[in-house]
Amino acid sequence: MATILTKDEAQALLKKVLSYSKADECEVNLNGTDSANIRYARNSVSTSGKISQSQLIVSSAFGKKQGVATINEFDDASLEKVVRRSEELARLAPENPEFVSYLGPQTYAESKTFVNATAEITPKLRSDLVAASLEVAKVGKAVAAGFLEDNTGFTAMMNSKGLFAYNTSTNTNFSVTVRTQDGKGSGYATRGYNDVTKLDTKTATQIATEKALKSADAKGIEPGKYTVILEPAAVAVLLENIFFRLDARQADEGRSFLSKAGGGTRLGEKLVDERVNIYSDPLNPELPTSTWNGDGRPQEKISWIEKGVIKNLSYSRYWAEKKGVKAVPGPDAAIMEGGTKSLAELIAGTKKGVLVTRLWYIRDVDPQTLLLTGLTRDGTFYIENGKIQYPIKNFRFNESPIIMLNNLEEMGKVERTVSVESNQNYLLPPLKIRDFTFSSLSDAV
Amino acid sequence: MKRRDFIYLTGLGASGAALLSGIPGMGNPIPPERALEIVDVALKKQLADVALNAARSKGATYTDVRIGRYLNQFVVTREDKVQNIVNTESYGLGIRVIANGGWGFVATDKLDKDSIAKAAETAVAIAKENSRLLTEPVRLAPQKGYGEVSWKAPIQKNAFEVPIKEKVDLLLGVNDAAMKAGANYITSLLFLINEQKYFASTDGSYIDQDIHRIWPAFFITKIDTATGKFEQRNTLSAPMGMGYEYLDVRPQDKIQSVTTLYKGRYDMLEDAKAGGAQAGEKLKAKSVEPGKYDLILDPSHLWLTIHESVGHPTELDRVLGYEANFAGTSFLTLDKWETKKFNFGSKIVNFVADKTQVSSLGAVGYDDEGVACGKWDLIKDGILVDYQVIRDQAHILGLNASRGCCYADNWSSVQFQRMPNVSLQPGKQKKSIDDMIKGVEKGIYIIGDGSFSIDQQRYNFQFGGQLFYEIKNGKIVGMLKDVAYQANSQEFWNSCVEIADESDYRLGGAFGDGKGQPPQSNSVSHGSSTARFNGVNVINTSRNIG
Repeated sequence: MATILTKDEAQALLKKVLSYSKADECEVNLNGTDSANIRYARNSVSTSGKISQSQLIVSSAFGKKQGVATINEFDDASLEKVVRRSEELARLAPENPEFVSYLGPQTYAESKTFVNATAEITPKLRSDLVAASLEVAKVGKAVAAGFLEDNTGFTAMMNSKGLFAYNTSTNTNFSVTVRTQDGKGSGYATRGYNDVTKLDTKTATQIATEKALKSADAKGIEPGKYTVILEPAAVAVLLENIFFRLDARQADEGRSFLSKAGGGTRLGEKLVDERVNIYSDPLNPELPTSTWNGDGRPQEKISWIEKGVIKNLSYSRYWAEKKGVKAVPGPDAAIMEGGTKSLAELIAGTKKGVLVTRLWYIRDVDPQTLLLTGLTRDGTFYIENGKIQYPIKNFRFNESPIIMLNNLEEMGKVERTVSVESNQNYLLPPLKIRDFTFSSLSDAV
Repeated sequence: MKRRDFIYLTGLGASGAALLSGIPGMGNPIPPERALEIVDVALKKQLADVALNAARSKGATYTDVRIGRYLNQFVVTREDKVQNIVNTESYGLGIRVIANGGWGFVATDKLDKDSIAKAAETAVAIAKENSRLLTEPVRLAPQKGYGEVSWKAPIQKNAFEVPIKEKVDLLLGVNDAAMKAGANYITSLLFLINEQKYFASTDGSYIDQDIHRIWPAFFITKIDTATGKFEQRNTLSAPMGMGYEYLDVRPQDKIQSVTTLYKGRYDMLEDAKAGGAQAGEKLKAKSVEPGKYDLILDPSHLWLTIHESVGHPTELDRVLGYEANFAGTSFLTLDKWETKKFNFGSKIVNFVADKTQVSSLGAVGYDDEGVACGKWDLIKDGILVDYQVIRDQAHILGLNASRGCCYADNWSSVQFQRMPNVSLQPGKQKKSIDDMIKGVEKGIYIIGDGSFSIDQQRYNFQFGGQLFYEIKNGKIVGMLKDVAYQANSQEFWNSCVEIADESDYRLGGAFGDGKGQPPQSNSVSHGSSTARFNGVNVINTSRNIG
């Protein structure tokens, strides 16, 4: 069996699986992925690989008792076996009071996540893309380490209530770190696309190389509160901590930054600067995502923060039913509206500040305030009178993205970027923020 | 399996995502009885030989094959209900070859002979295609073949054989104990792992291994609705390379301190009861005054500081630049090692790497490139003396053999240099926790791991914890909150002035040590006795978001 099934093939297979079911309810998820990657370091390829795998997950329920079993063999006997196993497990399982009956038929928009050029990528094209990156670093007398990966996959689901969903997707992520030969300078760039033809590894590596050369021999300046310009890759790792924590139940239970003193949530309250608008949209042409989520709910365009006000929270189907609200699933990707200025224009308009290329090792310090810690990395520069003056040593920061979005000065043009922490893609602007808290210096380059 | 799939399968939802700091790659859900089936070793040898022969015939100069069956079980509960019970299995094969001097790797879950042979051929083709991007050919340290051998973790009770009901009853009892002690919410879980790994290489090794790991854990939340404040208290357990016997409580495995501490066995009920009360105490605790303090660090906390500031910088792949694009490089550069004088820590600081330590997460008989595992010094009397090494790096240190540090988290992942257990050796003089607290004028005693972050060369770090106790003039005077400490690795280990004796030695560790692209998870333990560090910078982490 091929790893990537067509809609008709997936539908036929899922129907066959459901025909074996004797449970009150049955739901079947099916997926397959072909992925390949090249990793390089010290200006030389280090590892490269190709992985293909498929899986079938069968969930059976008797009343509120559910069992889950899977298999990666697809002959008739195996399909029947996996259904029987999930039913045996369901009978053994304790009753889950939070079990919600599977979803009925849904209507989904046609997704834009699949691009044929990416699905048809050849080993030679991967190798050429990496060769182009290596060439830039060698010409610059610098040392590159990078990673190129591409995935082609499909997901499908069907249940005994008549729901059927199918999607195919492709994506490619590229990142490169270029260091000077003496290890005193380091630069970084990352790119993510559904369509590999948009990937320009040469230009990305040129940016990283330029940052590496310009960041050598950095000066140490005193930690403290600074105006910062965060490039989109740095914005991503901070703001995704908001995107991941929009869950209504946590807020209702009093254990979220969205919980309120005295009980209740901050839904409808203005929490950040009124210029902040954050939403998700599966059909955005620059950042398409699946039009349905793992339990079959449609993914639609939804506003999370509008004019600084918390506009929506995400719900599990159980919690939505309990609260009598629409079960809005959490976002697969997020988009923040930006301004019209380029990064260079933001720098030109800054009297004193710090330009941050990338932030690293982001961890929660206090979930109450969403206080995060982490460090700058791979290109940190001091700005004075609208110009980059000199490279500076890296800082550790302790800052909350909520406080940060209240200290918003300016937003630049939105671009697609990749989080180095989660590997998720986002559409985000560079942000100029005042009073960003750097708490200590790091010797790391 | 991705983190989001894990969250979906376990039903942990958003709370689980925030609570679990790291989780390893996981496979497909299966019913529990499947976990007790064993794949016949003769069949694995046949499949491996198909791959070895196919790769050789296409021009590979070296090939290794790993056939892996990775089993996980999760039992997840919250308060008075079971959230999910999931068994997962991931079974497949990974082939790694050297051709034209470079590496190629292919993994497949289609285990018929034709698919395996085709995968081997593709691995050779990839290696050849990419060999034009090499600056020098791979040099493998020589390794003798062991023939057909096996290794099994010395567990007493296979956790996969323990009935689900017993596990559910334990966790619901734990939740009840925490709630009765004042918790508002608790999530508790058992996370069990069994790796059945088969390795074969053209060196003539056929190695069958059976590895077991267990992690019982809980996460308690206590809320003050009036102020909208909340505090969390997480489990003080360690994930271990053990069977279900880790949960068989014995009095000799407890250390009485300001709270009970656990050594080799874990009393989950007792810890949950203490945790429920302590979460409430944390809400009322004094917010720390920032400044310099002498820190007394419990092994349940110190393991993570060791992991980040000693384990990672002594990884040779980081030192050489192979991780520059993601995990980073290291301040422990080769020139520092070559001097044999680099002062990593004070004279009492000794770190040993050990892949053989019983009950540890990193214990195996052989690594994932067929090297028998051992034990060696990394830091000796405060001086950097060695690194973590695999076969294609050994020549760089002038070694003629690997240190056996190669690991892949799944059959579908390519093996590379991963951290062995790295542990601080106990003090040689008799010294208890109480003895150490008595000597501190202004200090903080920290128990349990919390927030953690370190730079990409492992200089500057910041750590939180679970429980913080203020020490004044040799006595614990009360609980503190909003505590985190920041330091530079070398300065920190040079400020280590006292280490408790062997009777206090305990293991901590993690299932989710992340490195590599695509990212892989490693399971690793770090042992230590309680240790004292003088004059460390402590910051206050409280903020207000309006």
